[in-house]
Amino acid sequence: MIFVTVGTDLPFDRMVKVIDEWAGATGRKDVFAQIGETEFRPRHLAFSKFLEPPDFVRNFSQASTIVAHAGMGTILSALRYEKPILVMPRRASLGEQRNEHQLATAKRLSEMGKITVAFDEAELRRCLEDLGRLQPREKIGAHASPALIQGLKDYIHSGRHPARPGGAPPHAA
Amino acid sequence: MAPSPAGRRVRLAAISSGGGHWVQLQRLRPAFADCDVTFLTVKEGYRSDVGDAGFRVIPDANRSNKLKLLRTALVVFWQLFRLRPDVVISTGAAPGYFGIRAGKLLGARTIWVDSVANVEELSMSGQRIGAHADLWLTQWPHLARPTGPFHVGSVL
Repeated sequence: MIFVTVGTDLPFDRMVKVIDEWAGATGRKDVFAQIGETEFRPRHLAFSKFLEPPDFVRNFSQASTIVAHAGMGTILSALRYEKPILVMPRRASLGEQRNEHQLATAKRLSEMGKITVAFDEAELRRCLEDLGRLQPREKIGAHASPALIQGLKDYIHSGRHPARPGGAPPHAA
Repeated sequence: MAPSPAGRRVRLAAISSGGGHWVQLQRLRPAFADCDVTFLTVKEGYRSDVGDAGFRVIPDANRSNKLKLLRTALVVFWQLFRLRPDVVISTGAAPGYFGIRAGKLLGARTIWVDSVANVEELSMSGQRIGAHADLWLTQWPHLARPTGPFHVGSVL
């Protein structure tokens, strides 16, 4: 099963329309899409506007491949559970988001080899044709980097600043 | 500053909005071991993620709706006033910003871990919180500055 998600209530029709056309053209019946609050009705996809967290998890874990907006929640989950993921960033310039952070995230994580990115509709169509060959990237663990965990832990219990010489809290009274 | 009075565990409030902010907050959990933890977030559906930890639902808001922002601020402040945390930690966004502000006013030690999604610059709430968070972190080394935000590691 291919699980498509726009991540939030905000629609991302530009991505879903391309996937809908692709499913229609190829006859794929095993695509489920979470599409957000939108007037657009896919013709070739099973879909739902929203998913409660447990339903999201169930679809995610059953999926062989994820196609999603460039949201960190979805990307982190794909890396952790070793799901091949194709992402398309939302664009603030097209009213799909408040700022361009998804574009920046997608570029950086793509350079780091963490995800495959389709930056526009044409690229998404090409990537969908090759979807069967998409491989999961290097698995990440269940938790943040040990340095971050230890730094936070020390700070929580002793107030020792992890990055400041002397370790004094910057705003201590 | 003594956040862990003798005889009881550190009370920690961990607050975020939904989606990626929540997933990142969960990835920090080993850091909260040995604390009495209460999570505050925007969806009842996340309750099953937290096991035995405390869990409170707060209303979501963002910059586009000032009235909702005000409501979120009031609820977050009230919840933290009741919890009396020693430490408040957040991964963003708007609810977390208010959580840090309220925590600071209530005398808690405050920690902001800016979202890993902010690759080119800190989010607006992440920039503004720098003056209020005792520990102000970015997850990207190239965004760190000598006076903060600091870089220690990331959720990746």
